Amino acid sequence: MIRLEKVERVFQVGEETVYALRQVDLTVEPGEYVSIMGPSGSGKSTLLNILGLLDRPDRGIYRLEGVDTTELNDSRQADVRRHKIGFIFQFFHLIPRLTAAENVELPLTLAGVEARQRKERVAEALARLGLADRARHRPDQLSGGQRQRVAIARATIMKPAIILADEPTGNLDRASGNEVIESIEGLNREGMTVVMVTHDPDLGQRTHRQVRMLDGRIEDDRGGGS
Amino acid sequence: MKPEDTLSFAFRSLRGYPLRTGLMLLAMAIGVASVVLLTGLGEGARRYVTREFTSLGTHLLIVLPGRSETTGGPPPLLGQTPRDLTLEDALALLRSSAVGRVAPVMVGSAPVAREGLTRETLILGSTAEMAAVRGLSMAQGRFLPPGDISRAEALCVLGHKLKTEIYGNASPLGRFVRIGERRFRVIGVLAPKGQSLGVDISDVAIIPVASAAALFNRASLFRILVQARNRDAISRAKQAVLDIIRERHDGEDDVTVITQDAMLATFDRIFTTLTLAVAGIAAISLAVAGILIMNVMLIAVSQRTGEIGLLKALGAPGGQILRLFLSESAMLSLVGALLGLLLAGGGLRLAGHLFPNFPIAAPLWAPLAAVGVAVSAGLIFGVLPARRAARLDPVAALSRR
Repeated sequence: MIRLEKVERVFQVGEETVYALRQVDLTVEPGEYVSIMGPSGSGKSTLLNILGLLDRPDRGIYRLEGVDTTELNDSRQADVRRHKIGFIFQFFHLIPRLTAAENVELPLTLAGVEARQRKERVAEALARLGLADRARHRPDQLSGGQRQRVAIARATIMKPAIILADEPTGNLDRASGNEVIESIEGLNREGMTVVMVTHDPDLGQRTHRQVRMLDGRIEDDRGGGS
Repeated sequence: MKPEDTLSFAFRSLRGYPLRTGLMLLAMAIGVASVVLLTGLGEGARRYVTREFTSLGTHLLIVLPGRSETTGGPPPLLGQTPRDLTLEDALALLRSSAVGRVAPVMVGSAPVAREGLTRETLILGSTAEMAAVRGLSMAQGRFLPPGDISRAEALCVLGHKLKTEIYGNASPLGRFVRIGERRFRVIGVLAPKGQSLGVDISDVAIIPVASAAALFNRASLFRILVQARNRDAISRAKQAVLDIIRERHDGEDDVTVITQDAMLATFDRIFTTLTLAVAGIAAISLAVAGILIMNVMLIAVSQRTGEIGLLKALGAPGGQILRLFLSESAMLSLVGALLGLLLAGGGLRLAGHLFPNFPIAAPLWAPLAAVGVAVSAGLIFGVLPARRAARLDPVAALSRR
C-alpha cells in the first residue's frame, strides 16, 4: 500500500543543509498499525508529512496504492488527500467558529457531498465516537479528549485507507489520551492502516510494528509482517 | 466543493469576526454612499441650472449691444463705442421668417411710490410680446396690451413682491402708482416665479417701452429678446438677426447674439463634467475601501494559517482556497455597497426634504457604477490575499498553533 524508495528530503536552514530524510525505504501493508519514534529532529514528522502528501520528497519515489504520487500535480494530490488519507494532529486543528458537527462535516463539504447525506454521515460518525450530545458545541466548549475525538471523526468521515496521526496524545492527559488511543485502535481493527508518530514509548509498545528513526534514517524496524 | 457551500463557508468566516467585518462594511458603505450622494448633488445642480434657463422662455435669443469678441487692430482710442440698439432695430428683426416674436427691453431704476410708500425698483420697459417670450404668467389682471409700441401709455404691470410691498393684500388693479415723476395705472400683477438667474422678476415694474424711453430720457435698448419660430429655426434666426443688424449698422457686426440653447448646452456640459469629476473623486474612497479590504484580508490570512493548512490537509486544492477567500472579499464589497446604497438613498431623501427647491437626485448610472466599482475593487484587492492563502505551504501552516 505505502512504498517509499530511497526517499530524501533536504532543508536549507541559513547556510546549513539539513538532511531530514536520507535514503529512506519503507513499506507499509494494508491494515498495519505502525508507530514511528525517535528523538526530535530525527525526521519522523517530515516522514509523516511526505506520507500525507503535504510535503514532496526531493529524491526518491513514493507509491501509494501503486500510484507514483511524486508525479501528481497539486490538485490531484489534494484529491488523494481528500479520499485516501485522514490526518490527526497534536493540536487538533479544529476551526474554532464551527461546531463539532460542522468541523466533522468539512471533508464531506470539500468533496462536494450532498447536504442531507452529509448530515447523516456526520451524526453517525459522532455517535460512533460517543460525541452525539456534543454535536452543536464549539471546540472551546469541549475538553481536550473530546476535541481530539472530534478530529478523529473528521479524519475518518471520508473512510480513508490510511490514518496519519502526529502525536495524537501529545496534548492530552493520560486518561483522555487512552480514550483517544482506543478510538484509533478501533479504527485499525476495522481495517484502516494507522501510522502514528509519537514520543511516548508506552504508546509505541502498543503498536504492532515500531519504526525507530535517527538522523533521517530508519535505525530499527520491528514487528512488521515483512 | 459546491458553490453554495463555498459561499456559506465564506459567510460563516466573516461572521466569525464581527468587528473586522463591520469595519470593512462601513468603509465600503461610506465609499459607495459618497459616490452616489456627490453625483446626486452634481446632477441636482445641473438640473437646477437647466430649469432656471428653461424658465427664461423657449427658443430664446438674446441680442446684446456690443461685440464680446476681440477683433484685433488698434485699441479703440478714437472712441469705437458700439452703436446703440434702438426700437427700430427691434422692429426690423420681425422681417425674418425665422423670428416669431420680438420683445425690446429697456432697463432703468426709479422710485415707485403710492401714498407715501416709496420703493426704489427696477423698471423694465417692454411690449406685450414680453409675456410670451419670457413665459410670464399673470396672478391678477392682464399684461401690457398689444398695439403701437411707440405710444407711451401710462400703464404698468407689477411684480408679485413689489405689489405685496406697496399694496399688501389689497388688489392694485385700476389704482395708480407714481413711477419717477409720472403716474401709471396698474393693469396686472405677475404670478410669483421666484428667482430667475439672480434677477428677481417679482420685484420689478413693467411699463411700455415708449414710456420707459420717456421716463429715462434715452432711446437705447438694454437688449432685445427674440423668440425663434420653433426649435429648428433658432440658428436661422440668429443668422437673420446678425444680418439685419449689420445691414442697419452700416456693415458693422456690433451686436452679440446669445442663444438660450447654446447657453443651456454649455451649462449642461459644465455640470455633467463637474458631476463626473466629483464622482471620480468620490470613487477614490472606493479604492481606499478596496485597499482596506486587502489589508484586512492579508491579516486574516496570516491569522488563519492553521485553518488554511488544515483545509489543504483535508484535501482542498489551492484553487478552492483561492475561491473561499475571494468569496469573502466579494461578499464584503457587495454587502458594503448595498448598505452604501441604502445610506445614499436615505441621504438623498433627507436632502430632498431639507431643500425642496433643489432637484437633488442621483442619475441611474451612479448607483450602478458605484456598486460595480466597489465589487471590482473588492475582487481585485482580494486577489492578492487569496493567492497568498492558496500558496501557503501546508506543513509550515500546520506547524503553527
